[in-house]
Amino acid sequence: MADKTIIITRFDPDQDEKPRKQEYRIPCEDHWKVLDAVNFIKDEVDPTVSHRWSCRMAVCGSCGMMVNGEPKLTCKTTLSDYGDRVDIEPLANFPIIRDLVVELDGFMHKFESVKPWIIRAKERAEDKASRHPEKGTFIQTAEELGNYKQFSMCINCMLCYSACPVVANEPDFLGPAAIALGHRYNLDSRDEGTEERHDIFRGEGTVFSCSYANECSEVCPKNVDPAAAINQAKFGAVIDWAKGLVLPRGGTN
Amino acid sequence: MDVSRHDIVIVGGGAAGLRAAIEAAEKNPSASIALVSKVYPMRSHTVSAEGGAAAIAREDDNLELHGYDTVKGSDFLADQDCIQYFVEQAPKELALLENWGCPFSRNEDGTVATRAFGGMTTKRTWYATDKIGFHMLHALFQHSMRFKNIVRYDEFFVSKLLIEDGSCRGVAALDIRTGEYSTILGRAVILTTGGGGKIFPFTTNGTIKTGDGMALAYRAGVPLKDMEFVQYHPTGLPGTGILITEATRGEGGYLRNSKGERFLVEYDYGVGNKAELGPRDMISRAIVQEIEAGRGFSGAYGDYVHLDLTHLGEDKINTRLPFVRELAKVYIGVDPVTTPIPVRPVVHYMMGGIDTNIHGATEMPGLYAAGETACVSINGANRLGSNSLTECLVFGAAAANHAIDFAKGSSEGNEASLRAQAEEEAGRVENLRGRKKGGERISEIRRELNSIMENACGVYREQSTLQAGVGATAQLRGRVADLRLEDESKVFNTELITALELTNMVEVAEVLVVSAAHRKESRGAHTCKDYTTRNDQDYLYHTMARHDPAGPRLGKKDVVLGKWVPEERKY
Repeated sequence: MADKTIIITRFDPDQDEKPRKQEYRIPCEDHWKVLDAVNFIKDEVDPTVSHRWSCRMAVCGSCGMMVNGEPKLTCKTTLSDYGDRVDIEPLANFPIIRDLVVELDGFMHKFESVKPWIIRAKERAEDKASRHPEKGTFIQTAEELGNYKQFSMCINCMLCYSACPVVANEPDFLGPAAIALGHRYNLDSRDEGTEERHDIFRGEGTVFSCSYANECSEVCPKNVDPAAAINQAKFGAVIDWAKGLVLPRGGTN
Repeated sequence: MDVSRHDIVIVGGGAAGLRAAIEAAEKNPSASIALVSKVYPMRSHTVSAEGGAAAIAREDDNLELHGYDTVKGSDFLADQDCIQYFVEQAPKELALLENWGCPFSRNEDGTVATRAFGGMTTKRTWYATDKIGFHMLHALFQHSMRFKNIVRYDEFFVSKLLIEDGSCRGVAALDIRTGEYSTILGRAVILTTGGGGKIFPFTTNGTIKTGDGMALAYRAGVPLKDMEFVQYHPTGLPGTGILITEATRGEGGYLRNSKGERFLVEYDYGVGNKAELGPRDMISRAIVQEIEAGRGFSGAYGDYVHLDLTHLGEDKINTRLPFVRELAKVYIGVDPVTTPIPVRPVVHYMMGGIDTNIHGATEMPGLYAAGETACVSINGANRLGSNSLTECLVFGAAAANHAIDFAKGSSEGNEASLRAQAEEEAGRVENLRGRKKGGERISEIRRELNSIMENACGVYREQSTLQAGVGATAQLRGRVADLRLEDESKVFNTELITALELTNMVEVAEVLVVSAAHRKESRGAHTCKDYTTRNDQDYLYHTMARHDPAGPRLGKKDVVLGKWVPEERKY
């Protein structure tokens, strides 16, 4: 047990012109995660602090915050790894709604724009041949599963958007999690939507905006490695471009 | 006040709600489906499920076996017509989920793999390593995005059902971001808000599990059924209550006492030769008995036993149970490859819930429920692990199917009168916001509620503590009406939301403890020290609790029996 000063960013749009800092000196248990300190303040010291959290087991993705300047999933981040003063701010690169709560509108829009669902060329009724006759499931080998599995592990905590230097300068950049998600479906052996997602990985604000900083993969609490997804998608786009130079109709037919 | 009209309004964005939304959107593409949730759907607590989802898949399995296992697991309190429908629909529903992209683990031939689970005769639990809930939720949520007729209301808290002439015609919902109320009208409403484990101090449940849907229905006069049956999962991490999946034992893990013994061999609740694969109620009792006999370990967060995976080897743990390894390392500092994991029974699931029929319909026209918040009942007095996720799919789809048909034949409600109800509700909640004149803080009442429930409704129960719990929860109902709140802001006022949740929790808790005190027998998860045997003569019925200003009023409903005749439940 040690006392620490927890500094929380406060912002209420009805009262504050800009975010301010508020300090709380509280007793902290040795085993606490950073989230436990924020919850203690909310429950026992100042109920007006607003933050999001739910599962407290690093899978719902709600409790991302900046901790001493770095994006962290606070339920997975050990408090005792930090010194006497711990500075907790809302995730960077997102608009603030209130205190530690950021706005997800832009993120959700990017997320939906990659068509994150299985696309089949035919409707289900006419598409039976590729499935197990009795069970109705697709055959997918362990190797085919392995191709995309890692990119299906994203919990949408958005830490990668806070860490990304491109998102900071170019808010419309599709960003690590959304690109990794679209790429995940392109890599899934059950999916036939690569063509339909074609434009998502071309042009402005998408894979070629990435500057190879690799920050996204470093902060990812689930080892999804979105930077690898972006690089793979880029490689695919370059191959397409090269095919377009040597083959008629861009090699797409 | 903002008023919007839809055909179907779904409250809750977890597995049951998303499945219902997809079914409704597909069945009637011209219908407008509102999906209202207090959190973004991918934050829903379905995300925390680990082990898998049950449906027959192997040559050595059949519907009869899955049905019998489930009836026996329920200690014969489940409705057998519902179980029959459930096991029949289960393989189709999981195949759909596979088609929609869920990354199920595979056999060598590329078919979906299944694993062993407690109380299940053979391997019928479909899995995705040890994160089925996460993958199911994300697959459903992402698939739902292709339907343009699903309109999401993310981070809207529903605090009242809008009712006209006895029919449910919409909800009043607080937009958490703005603090403004909305009237969201629908020709039918489906409640899919999950359970309420947070009424207990030690639970696997996330903080959002506050029994909201149950409380909404209850306050509207719809009975809650079988609320006394609360599932303790045998293996939670001491302190946090974080779930360590039953799949650890399905994959060959052992429970050991302080003498290093595989004590479950002595109890012999397992199916087949697997002593560790008994049903959850029995394994939880065995752990408590070991601890009471002095063969547990003591720790800062209570006594515990060991879950030993060390003999499985690092490869198997990494391929089948990677999340368990991560959780044990991060939250209790133990690497299961080399060291047993400390575990103890932890509140996990509510078998009871809003009374519905086989179609997910409640007794109120226009109101449906599915998933943990509902009680169909396929779980009776004890649910088998991996049946609940499948239940969300089967009955989420069934409820949507019937709600869409109901909506077609139903007239639009009177907007002015429904809006007036929502305005009245908005006024009530406005008075609560920043209510500094109140007596006690949220955290004080919640702590007391947690303590009452732990004392009254543990793995073992007895009349004296149950009766004390009845009095104490009734008293809390008065006190929660006099909360002291500090936060006057309208924008993202989580203190206000927590206050509304706490009211729901107190109501659900009171029903739970009153129902438990009434059932003077031991059946499934409801085990009484003073009534140690099952009593079919006097208690083979569902407990029905109705709202009354004086406290829950109890009634009975017949159990639907069938080909599986109640017998002694022996494994």
